[in-house]
Amino acid sequence: MASRVSIQTEDFDVAAEIAALRAQDKRVGAVCTFIGTVRDRNDGQAVSTMELEHYPGMTEKSIEAMIDEAFRRFDIYAARVIHRVGLLQPLDQIVLVVVTSAHRGESFQACEFLMDYLKTQAPFWKKEQTPEGARWVDARVSDDAALAKWGIASSNTAA
Amino acid sequence: MRVNLKYFASIRESVGTGSEQLQTTAATLGALRDELIARGGAHAQSLARGRAVRVALNQVMSGEEAALSEGCEVAFFPPVTGG
Repeated sequence: MASRVSIQTEDFDVAAEIAALRAQDKRVGAVCTFIGTVRDRNDGQAVSTMELEHYPGMTEKSIEAMIDEAFRRFDIYAARVIHRVGLLQPLDQIVLVVVTSAHRGESFQACEFLMDYLKTQAPFWKKEQTPEGARWVDARVSDDAALAKWGIASSNTAA
Repeated sequence: MRVNLKYFASIRESVGTGSEQLQTTAATLGALRDELIARGGAHAQSLARGRAVRVALNQVMSGEEAALSEGCEVAFFPPVTGG
């Protein structure tokens, strides 16, 4: 089976990833894709570059577990997650989630579920370069709330 | 027992290293955190109670009651911010 999770410094080709996931699977009637990109502003400040750190080993394993959970919850055929690490610039692609299913509802849901899960449970950390120096990005309470709507308690931001 | 420690992101920067090996008598993650806090300095500051610190045991997010075992891997890091 093709790899479901990739953590990499290099960019990804969305069309190629979608084509690979659809392959020759004639059951597929819906493909849902999410792409996260680097903004040039965050919390009111200009961002010139962003550096992404991860926990090699755990990051991959945790996303694999999230995909397993997506398969348990939704009637989907395939899922693929790519997340970049290292130094990125505004406009760069950061993260890709692609899901296939027979009908759109399951793909939309599984795609959102995977992103909500990843935001609060996968070990990645962003550091931004701003005119006032480098700063670590703060986790958002709204991301914990996003996962809670799937019935999963998250305390990423809790002390 | 011997424990392999890892630190990430702001905690890694603060304590000045990404990993260390430690001999400890701590039985749980919480007791290990207390032992590191007792070192004072950057460890006390970055792992202080009341700060948002997440802990993974053998690469799985874990609560402070989780029991340590010989040769286990323990990681301390701030809230995650990927995606």
